[in-house]
Amino acid sequence: MQSLIQQIISGIASGGVFASLALALVLIYNAMGLVNFAQGEMAMFATFIAFTLIDRGLSYWIALPVTLMIAFAGGVLIQRVVIRPVERAPVLTLVIITLGMATLVNGLAGFIWGYVPRSFPSPFSARTVNILGAVVSYQDMGVIAISAVVLLLIYLLLQRTTIGLTMRAAAHHPEASRLLGVRVSWMLALGWGLAAAVGAVSGIMVAPVLFLEPNMMQAIIIYAFAAAVLGGIESPLGAVVGGLIVGLTVNLAGAYLPFVGGDLELAVALAIIIGVLLVRPNGLFGRPTVRRV
Amino acid sequence: MPTSMLQRIRSAPPRYWLVVVVAIFFAGLPTVVSSFSAGLWAHALIFVIAIMGLNILIGYSGQLSLGHGAFMALGAYTMAILVRRYQINYLATIPIAGLLVGAVGFVFGIPALRLSALYLALATFALAVVTPNLIARPDKFTGGNHGIILAPPDPPQFAKDAFAAVTGTPMTGDQWVYYLTAGIGALLFWLAWNLVRHRAGRAMRAIRDGEVAAAASGVNIAAYKTLAFGISAFYAGIAGSLYGIATAFVSPQTFPVTLSIALLVGAVIGGLASTAGPLLGGIFVYYLPIESNQWVPSQSWIPTQIASVVEKAGPAVTYGVVLILIMIFAPNGIVGLIVAGYARLRRRLRGVADRETGQLPPASQTVP
Repeated sequence: MQSLIQQIISGIASGGVFASLALALVLIYNAMGLVNFAQGEMAMFATFIAFTLIDRGLSYWIALPVTLMIAFAGGVLIQRVVIRPVERAPVLTLVIITLGMATLVNGLAGFIWGYVPRSFPSPFSARTVNILGAVVSYQDMGVIAISAVVLLLIYLLLQRTTIGLTMRAAAHHPEASRLLGVRVSWMLALGWGLAAAVGAVSGIMVAPVLFLEPNMMQAIIIYAFAAAVLGGIESPLGAVVGGLIVGLTVNLAGAYLPFVGGDLELAVALAIIIGVLLVRPNGLFGRPTVRRV
Repeated sequence: MPTSMLQRIRSAPPRYWLVVVVAIFFAGLPTVVSSFSAGLWAHALIFVIAIMGLNILIGYSGQLSLGHGAFMALGAYTMAILVRRYQINYLATIPIAGLLVGAVGFVFGIPALRLSALYLALATFALAVVTPNLIARPDKFTGGNHGIILAPPDPPQFAKDAFAAVTGTPMTGDQWVYYLTAGIGALLFWLAWNLVRHRAGRAMRAIRDGEVAAAASGVNIAAYKTLAFGISAFYAGIAGSLYGIATAFVSPQTFPVTLSIALLVGAVIGGLASTAGPLLGGIFVYYLPIESNQWVPSQSWIPTQIASVVEKAGPAVTYGVVLILIMIFAPNGIVGLIVAGYARLRRRLRGVADRETGQLPPASQTVP
């Protein structure tokens, strides 16, 4: 029972990480109908920037917002330089370009920081606390708290501010928005920046657990894919719920299903992706798409 | 009769001559390069075979697979398990691996029909990432993380003799693998060429360019899309089994997600929907890391401490940059660039010739 509660709490913590990255995927999908295969690598790169800042003596709580701002600027820059020239290209082209970006960013991080795994500092103590008899680490609770705050902020930004309204309008009805004076292309860039920042949070949250190296996010991005697909790839709320479900499922399956164990947790994510796509391609919260002939 | 034959040869389009030249080049290559280089070229041609299959899927039928490394893994393990556990001759396992993986690909193509291009990319990418873990799990069968070690292939006597008659030295194992790969590659090239130039190829291209219009013209969408998946998996399966034979060793680490990405890079760089593209693309992606591994340590300005990092990161950066640049500026790859350049050159030459004979139409008048 205690170990079950422990597994659930660490499942929610990983769920928060997956949810952040899945939300980043959803933001870009909503902006231009594209799954960004480089999202995980971009998050990894941002985490390395945070690592460098902290290494240079900055405190964690200053390095975090600075990194998020850099990530935001980087996201906007990528949209302006790489994506904008091919905005109207077929989705096949766009997917291949984001894959190229993933490879490029991965190699660049290898160039700059090397492939030796590094331990990443955590602001939360490694100590544990007893909740209902279960041993829970401050690390897990801290990750849950930060993920919750970030997701809430994004929700407020999208739903309660003018800029959020404009962004949603630009994504859903680009032509009409343009006629109403919205600078649609810049709104897309804003979406990329926001996605990069949210994704960076997931990287920074997971780095103390996984150790930081260029391939750190390779597994996490698969979990985030599973979360986004499960929630319905266009729904921000779906990404959060999907992230939590994937986090819990993967943790519990790894702990309690003998044939899954530690090494096939990733296969659970693959099974979720394929299962959802076959049974309910629109996910839990997505609207069915209507194809006009 | 001989004259008509001669006429046919003389009137053959230039691309046939190109095929002949390329065939002679690859047939003669091992007689001039070392046995070790022939082994490397065999690996490059294995990439070419896998990319030929991927090109049929992406270039002609318009479906994106980022998981062809998984199909190669299945082919390699089929070969290794048949040879190791059931003592089947390795040559016989190649078609078995191809057909088995082709059947799996065909079945995989059925659910893929319901997925949009984006979801298909996503699912196949996840498959590619999970593949090493999936292989390692049934360790009684696959040897787990240790993999399966095989005996290096030995050339048959007739090949040894024939090679000795030409070069004076008997054929080595590497050279035998090279000829095996090149022969199978030529056969598969011929198959692909015929496929894309006939009914099935036209149907696939019609689907790629407009599914609704193709369906309205009577093309069976589901049949051709799954067929494309099956054929491309067949190619990947054969490439995988040859890969296992060439290295005489298969393990989960042989098939990382980067293999799938390298195959995609090769298909895109060579030129999607072109018959010659996979040849150039495969050679490029195979030799890029090898050449950079030789080039980097030879450069004195790169500090030795970071040389190993540069060797590892260099190919990834190059793949990424080339992939992005090709997609933005030359969506038809190297072959597209060559064809465009050739057409331009010919137009210019013909223009000059016509002007000399005075047959050029008057320059178009610009209306002020």
